[in-house]
Amino acid sequence: MTDVRLAWIDYVLMAIYFAFVIGIGVALKRFMRSSTDYFLSGRAIPAWVAGLAFISANLGAQEVIGMGASGAKYGIATSHFYWVGAIPAMVFVGVFMMPFYYGSRARSVPEYLKLRFDEKTRALNAVSFAVMTVFSSGVSLYAMGKLFKLLLGWNEDASMLAAAGIVLAYIFLGGLTSAIYNEVLQFFLIVFGFLPLVLLGLKDVGGWDGLQARLMTHSVAQGYAPTAYTQSWAFMGDATRNPVGVEWFGLAMGLGFVLSFGYWCTDFLVVQRAMAADSMTAARRTPLIAAIPKMLFPFLVILPGMIALTVEPRPMAMPPAMATAGVGIIPAKTTEAGAVIRDTTGRPVIDYDLATPTMLAHYLPAGLLGLGLTALLASFMSGMAGNVTAFNTVWTYDIYQSYFKRDASDAHYLWMGRAATVGGIALSVATAYVAAAFNNIMDVLQLVFAFVNAPLFATFLLGMFWKRATGHGAFWGLVAGTLAAALHHGLSLPEGATVGIKGGFFGVVLPLYRSELAQTFWTAIVAWTVCFIVTIAISLVTRPRPDEELTGLVYALTPKPTEEATFWQRPGVLAVVVLTATLLLNLIFF
Amino acid sequence: MSGGIGLDIRIPIGAMFVSMGLILAGYGWLTNGIPGFYDKSLGININLWWGLAMTLFGGALLVPRWTKSP
Repeated sequence: MTDVRLAWIDYVLMAIYFAFVIGIGVALKRFMRSSTDYFLSGRAIPAWVAGLAFISANLGAQEVIGMGASGAKYGIATSHFYWVGAIPAMVFVGVFMMPFYYGSRARSVPEYLKLRFDEKTRALNAVSFAVMTVFSSGVSLYAMGKLFKLLLGWNEDASMLAAAGIVLAYIFLGGLTSAIYNEVLQFFLIVFGFLPLVLLGLKDVGGWDGLQARLMTHSVAQGYAPTAYTQSWAFMGDATRNPVGVEWFGLAMGLGFVLSFGYWCTDFLVVQRAMAADSMTAARRTPLIAAIPKMLFPFLVILPGMIALTVEPRPMAMPPAMATAGVGIIPAKTTEAGAVIRDTTGRPVIDYDLATPTMLAHYLPAGLLGLGLTALLASFMSGMAGNVTAFNTVWTYDIYQSYFKRDASDAHYLWMGRAATVGGIALSVATAYVAAAFNNIMDVLQLVFAFVNAPLFATFLLGMFWKRATGHGAFWGLVAGTLAAALHHGLSLPEGATVGIKGGFFGVVLPLYRSELAQTFWTAIVAWTVCFIVTIAISLVTRPRPDEELTGLVYALTPKPTEEATFWQRPGVLAVVVLTATLLLNLIFF
Repeated sequence: MSGGIGLDIRIPIGAMFVSMGLILAGYGWLTNGIPGFYDKSLGININLWWGLAMTLFGGALLVPRWTKSP
């Protein structure tokens, strides 16, 4: 694609990173004495370490590459994923939900469901979660191989296997602690690797004002108001007037409430980091500490995509056909033979996923380029490590211990955890090859996420705050919610899409959505609502559990957590600070 | 605040940033003034400055550990 050639210095920086990553695993191996050490870091992680790992496990390729791509596609409206989505959800999980997760001493999210509801609800969640983590780690592995092939001409198989091998090595040795330590390392590396990109890019386009001015032309050319790419809320009143193609209600409910809360509050991948904290207060502070850098991430990951739209490609940087068909320095998609791919209206298909990578190639000289690419590799690896550590825990505790071997020694489960790490990585690699063979698998995965995560949040809300909710209610609510999501998806279609994986497979009955995102948000709203109603209805006709069995699991029956921390470290205080700052950010970019 | 079990997390992170930072800064110093080398980064010797920033950050993590330890 581009003329990126690495110098020796770039390889030296990468080698240093790999040495430290594996070194951490080796150094931690001798501390892994029990399964609790391996899967829960012995519940000994301080809040700031758990907090940085909490966001870093999520700061995978989907975020670094995907948010850059969305920045180029939708502009500053992409910040809704943070300032409407992630932050409020992270505050909620820290303040309200962590007392039940941490206080119940559950070792995983499915195990909490077992304690609160019943075995079948746990089984449903454990199996769907285990499958999703393996698939998602495989898909990001595939994306990594593809990207490094396109960018640097590296061999796809070799880079995929090397990355998988390194993640395997450090998790196999040091378990969750190793993953958490490396996630903190990766966090700082990603910040230091991407910050110069943003600073140089902004300097080049004349700061935020210059960027705004440059994006106006682009916005008008697309048929939107001049400031549609640089204002996040002003055009949300009407789905046709903003690049996201969604109106404020679908956004606030679908993304802000259902999808974000569903992810941050119930996904074991992130919750596991808080569960490893060294005290209840630390566990509650984990997501709140994480929210502070998370609030500022849009500047780190969205801005590069927006800048990429407005920068002139340098001559000789890419084949002329790709450059002229692209926007800014973002090239058009091409076939294997090098011809530009066009959509049904004849317009070139822009490869938005390359927005951030081309920015790296455009601005960073040898040396810093190595650092930027190492940061990119680190983001792929932290996402994968997050998935693998969540998988080995759920597999060992919720599937193997529950259904295969109930009363084995702790040493046996520790051994099984290591075996599951190897198995999980092997399955991820296999999935990566399946993803390579079928182009659609990424879309399928996103769809399954929306189907599974959205109803789950309704189950948790009712489970934690309504003591009358029963196991039968939860189980059938989840099943009904997922089916409702599938039904809504099968009856609707976004504009310009063809019937199939994008929807409409039961016949296009609903009016066309402006964008795929709008369709996803509404699918989530439908799934959540159906799960919520069905759970309540079935709970009311089934026998409730006695109060004494639910102590510590339900809000009304749990003593309020005591605040042993000093004033400014209290979860409630942190929550107010974080929410106020987020509100301000929304207003500044309104 | 030592960080989990046994190993203080600030040591590997600090050490990694100091070593990467020194190498980058050294490379920046060696390549300083080579015509065209820093065209991409708008004429700024970004390796030198960013390398120094990384070294300082890494050092800030390591120093409290040294002054405290027996």
